[in-house]
Amino acid sequence: MSVTDQPVATAIAVDPGKRWRIARTVAGVAVLGALALLFSGFGVASFAVRVVLLVGLVVLAAGLLQGRMHKFFSSPSAYVATACLLLLVILAIFATEISPQNPYDLRQLDIMDGRQPPGSTNFSGTMTYHLGTDEQGRDIWSGILYGLRVSLSVSIVATLIAMAIGVVVGIYAAWAGGRIEAVLMRIVDFQLSFPSILVALMLMAAFGRGLDKIVIALVIVQWAYYARTVRGTALSETRKEYIDAARGLGLPDWRIVFGHLLPNCIPPLIVISTVQVANTIVLESSLSFLGVGVPITQPSLGLLIANGYDYMLSGQYWMSMYPGVALLAIVASINMVGDRLRDTLNPRLTR
Amino acid sequence: MLVFLLRRLAQSVFVLIAMMIVVFFGVYMVGNPVDILISPDATPREIEETMARFGFDQPVHIQFLSFVGNALQGDLGRSFVHGESAVSLILSYMPATLELALLGLIFSVLIGVPLGVYAGYKADRWQGRAIMTGSIFGFSLPNFWVGMLFILIFAVELRWLPSTGRGDTVEVLGLRLSIFTADGLSHMILPALTLALYKASLVTRLARAGTQEALMQDYVKFARAKGLSETRILVVHVLKNIMIPIITVLGLELGSMIAFAVVTETVFAWPGMGKLLIDSILTLDRPVIVAYLMLTVIIFIVINLIVDVIYTLLDPRVRVKGEAA
Repeated sequence: MSVTDQPVATAIAVDPGKRWRIARTVAGVAVLGALALLFSGFGVASFAVRVVLLVGLVVLAAGLLQGRMHKFFSSPSAYVATACLLLLVILAIFATEISPQNPYDLRQLDIMDGRQPPGSTNFSGTMTYHLGTDEQGRDIWSGILYGLRVSLSVSIVATLIAMAIGVVVGIYAAWAGGRIEAVLMRIVDFQLSFPSILVALMLMAAFGRGLDKIVIALVIVQWAYYARTVRGTALSETRKEYIDAARGLGLPDWRIVFGHLLPNCIPPLIVISTVQVANTIVLESSLSFLGVGVPITQPSLGLLIANGYDYMLSGQYWMSMYPGVALLAIVASINMVGDRLRDTLNPRLTR
Repeated sequence: MLVFLLRRLAQSVFVLIAMMIVVFFGVYMVGNPVDILISPDATPREIEETMARFGFDQPVHIQFLSFVGNALQGDLGRSFVHGESAVSLILSYMPATLELALLGLIFSVLIGVPLGVYAGYKADRWQGRAIMTGSIFGFSLPNFWVGMLFILIFAVELRWLPSTGRGDTVEVLGLRLSIFTADGLSHMILPALTLALYKASLVTRLARAGTQEALMQDYVKFARAKGLSETRILVVHVLKNIMIPIITVLGLELGSMIAFAVVTETVFAWPGMGKLLIDSILTLDRPVIVAYLMLTVIIFIVINLIVDVIYTLLDPRVRVKGEAA
């Protein structure tokens, strides 16, 4: 590159940091849009929407690690966990395309195929049940894929909503201060002093089963956690010079809060929410296992395990064993990725 | 100190009242118990009589007032299903849960502390990393799935340990306990291990962090200079110093052990409070649900209060702040 054309090149090319910021924004909007479409039931069958969702998620993850890839992948377990997580997310997103059978379409089920061990072929000899079937003759592998989708989407949506509420409450408390802050934080302390499984159990007992209800219950048990974290971050951020500078410029409060304070409170939240998604999956599956979670028509992994549990003692292990392995794989890989993220993104640990 | 204690007590009473309101109206929303209590072929007259006997014909606020009035006298109603007082019913199930939680705590210390100390000692070697990765699995494994796995391996395949129930019990100080009989203990091992696993990974992490910090202290250097063996340094000197925070955290976690026991007890059909709660939810046995919740709230309030008081005693800064406010 000669000296003369260099300014031209830099003028045209967007600098990499900015390019990543644009990519992140676009991906974030795309993911939210795709999620909204999928959950409104509007685009459930639409393949394109789900491709957009997957690509958006990958871009978001890459944007998060931008410049820190090397550090993130410094241990072999990071490779394994990331690959495992990516695979499971793909399986969940494209469950309808990948699974050999729609386990909730009664026309595709044959009661003669009930409780077949892994590797057996179906009654009419057209497909093989690699992981066996349950008492209704459903293919366990297909059930796992659909269950994975339910588990993941319930916990991700619950985490996102809880985070949004927590951020609003936390920032408001930190910004308002005084009596409002004291009252809000007492509520948060009060809620956090009870174990989430008990609170969620009671809420579900009161609400009854249902996807929307379990999301609400999971949001209620989690928002306080985010509120406390955000308040802590926001308190230390408000003391920094850039907030004073924004005040000095005469910006209105809402612009300081949303334009300056909020973006700086988000990074620590990302790490927490990763691990929190895993906790939410465990919580949801425990509730479903106890019979107060998702409805029977849309079983999550926890409900699949509970369904197979009755046959476990008679040696028909596959009905709850394999959904359990899937549950363990998703939770463990999310936790490992979260662990690596914390080590990578936490500025305090930078050596 | 007295002022602080009084203030905390007043707060606790306030919390208790708030919980009473939340719990009562929350549980009030759960289904209609009349459908379950009365046989479908009952005449309208019978239905009315039963409704009147349980007070369901009264408006909600009257029901609530009579509930509060009775609760203040320690009466939280009679179980619809069992027919006895809900409080005494729960109290009779309580020893089973408490002994399970206690054994779980002991297991988590016995598993977590040695692993954590070793991981801290070998922090940057593969052994330390392996233990830390393993502890992630401990966090990740859902409680109920671990229990099922244990049943599958140790009860169904190997037939070493019984899978469900409580086994022989023996009366100690007026409580029926399994822990003192060989059969009862063998029934307890699997559920207690299941309950312990999550806490064990927590203890492992705490112990590792503590050990890493302790190894850099002067007294360890001094012990090394004296020529003590590494084992002796770890077991005698380091261990003593890291146990205090671990015990504090575990004391705090006793409450959540009781809560988590809900899941473990269901898996192992352990006749404790948690199993009773799940059964009561499924049969809409309102008084038992309410009594369980009120009792748990009281347990948690007491634990939180004790912790606060201990912190105040240990850390004078909290006390000064509390008195000045």
